[in-house]
Amino acid sequence: MKNNKVHRLRRVFVWELPVRIYHWLNALCIVALVVTGLYIGSPLVLQSSSEASEKFFMGWVKTIHFIAAFLFFFNFLFRIYWGFVGNKYADWRNFVPTNKRYFKEMWQVLKMDILMMKGKEHLSVGHNAVAGFSYFITFILFLIQCITGFGLYAAMSNFWVAKMFAWVPTMFGGEILLRQVHHWTTWLFILFTVVHVYLVFYHDYVEGRGEISSMGGGWKFIEDEVFDEVKAEKQKKMLAKKEKMETHMKPLT
Amino acid sequence: MSTIAPKSTPTYYDEVVRKGYTRRDFAKFCAMMGAYLGLSQSGLAQVTDALKTKPRLPVIWLHFQECTCCSESFIRSSHPMVADILLDQISLDYTETLMAASGFQAEEAMKNTMEKYKGEYILCVEGSVPTAADGVYCMIGGKTSMQILEEAAAGAKAIIAWGSCACNGCVQAAAPNPTSATPIHKLVSGKPIIKVPGCPPIGEVMAGVIVHVVAFGRIPELDGLGRPKAFYSKRVHDTCYRRPFYDAGLFVETFDDENARKGYCLYKVGCKGPSTYNACGVTKWNNGTSFPIQSGHGCFGCSEANYWDNGRIYSRASAFPGFGIEATADKVGKVALGVTAVALAAHAVATNVRKQNLIHNLEKEGQQSEKDLDNENI
Repeated sequence: MKNNKVHRLRRVFVWELPVRIYHWLNALCIVALVVTGLYIGSPLVLQSSSEASEKFFMGWVKTIHFIAAFLFFFNFLFRIYWGFVGNKYADWRNFVPTNKRYFKEMWQVLKMDILMMKGKEHLSVGHNAVAGFSYFITFILFLIQCITGFGLYAAMSNFWVAKMFAWVPTMFGGEILLRQVHHWTTWLFILFTVVHVYLVFYHDYVEGRGEISSMGGGWKFIEDEVFDEVKAEKQKKMLAKKEKMETHMKPLT
Repeated sequence: MSTIAPKSTPTYYDEVVRKGYTRRDFAKFCAMMGAYLGLSQSGLAQVTDALKTKPRLPVIWLHFQECTCCSESFIRSSHPMVADILLDQISLDYTETLMAASGFQAEEAMKNTMEKYKGEYILCVEGSVPTAADGVYCMIGGKTSMQILEEAAAGAKAIIAWGSCACNGCVQAAAPNPTSATPIHKLVSGKPIIKVPGCPPIGEVMAGVIVHVVAFGRIPELDGLGRPKAFYSKRVHDTCYRRPFYDAGLFVETFDDENARKGYCLYKVGCKGPSTYNACGVTKWNNGTSFPIQSGHGCFGCSEANYWDNGRIYSRASAFPGFGIEATADKVGKVALGVTAVALAAHAVATNVRKQNLIHNLEKEGQQSEKDLDNENI
């Protein structure tokens, strides 16, 4: 890029308000769940001169964990619903590979962002294919964590939502293994969060499209040229379609 | 002692009276059993009635790969009548440990019971069945335990799997399980199986299960894993008298620290109470004297499947299949986090090197716009 011309940017509304609320509620829940969860797994040894009946520290840690768990669960269900009614950037097809183009884009992203190869920078206004797919994997992790977590919780609850998971300990043949799966999956959440935050900064840094702030206001800023490119591509496609139609029509006339 | 039941089978009450117990003793016993089973007043009357009028249930009690701790626990249950009426005299059709007969006589007794009470007798199994090497690791009277089990199970009304061996294989099924010790429910199908896990199960729980079958003529209500709900629906943790210390966040860190002296929660020294379903906290052991946690030792989780392989005794962190015993979740997690941090740092450096022009242009573009704003020549 020798010509150092100044790009004109256009504001694109990417993340709708429900998506943003989901995102931050989810982030809050995950932080609360990970912190309290790791504490429950390995609590500190407190010294106290007061009676146990006057304290409820572990009880509160667990209470926070359970409240956050319910919020997390319903928030997750909401996001799945929004994947069917939200805008195109929130659509479930962003997460589940359904066509060849998805895999092609994944390869492109891997080449440019991970392997750092030189070439044409890809453009994804919403999620890129790799990011989308990684969120699909996190959804599976969410599911595992909800199933194992509520499975552990079911025996001490009368709430029908928790009771729905009463079959889980049976499937795992007891709670010891169940607890282990729940604990190990927690670490995958931590690793995901670290990589996720890093990549948000990375994209903001190399693209300059307002990646970080997009989850605040919902806007991303896309270069004018991109619109031209997309327009040209569409016209090309239309033309090709028209030609194809015409060649089909010919024998008839 | 007759190993073959007489034709007109006496009731439990008849036998109890014959043994020298009073009616009062009998009533006490019924009340105790009713309490363990969590029955109401009317249920209690039903138990009393059943034990008074119903002929005693023929029982075949088999011992395979086990240590007989289940039998030991059973005959030591708090009321002497438990052992007396359910084992010692009446139900002793066949049990290797306690019967007087031996050799051909004993085998004959079992055969007779199986024929005479086909479809009526209760089969109690203590121990797991080794299936490796065609079952040669446990043979009785020239037959493999698998053969014996198959024969005995065919005519049984119901099967009670006593203890963790019969329920989940216990120690002999722990990796690498050289004899392929297999729990009963994986070998027998088509029969109701009551699992009474524990190493051993509590004597009163064992008695309660038998009394339930006798009194109501059907197996007690079971949970998803086949355990009687009356005894296995609560975690040891949920009925533990040290639970307030847990909720307060007060824990023992080593067995000789000040907190241990104060009787704080044993969670951090590996207590498996939070993931173990049993009645220890309520029924306790040795006539309600104590249970492990009360004696200052964490719960072992002996009534949970695979407890030998699933966890270490004195630590919360336990092994995960395929990762080895030293690889706990937190250790692996911290290493993975470190590796990720290094990878991300490397990626950040690579970005600045490989995408130098791109970033440079962005910066320049920004600076240009900044200048343009000052110069007002937008």
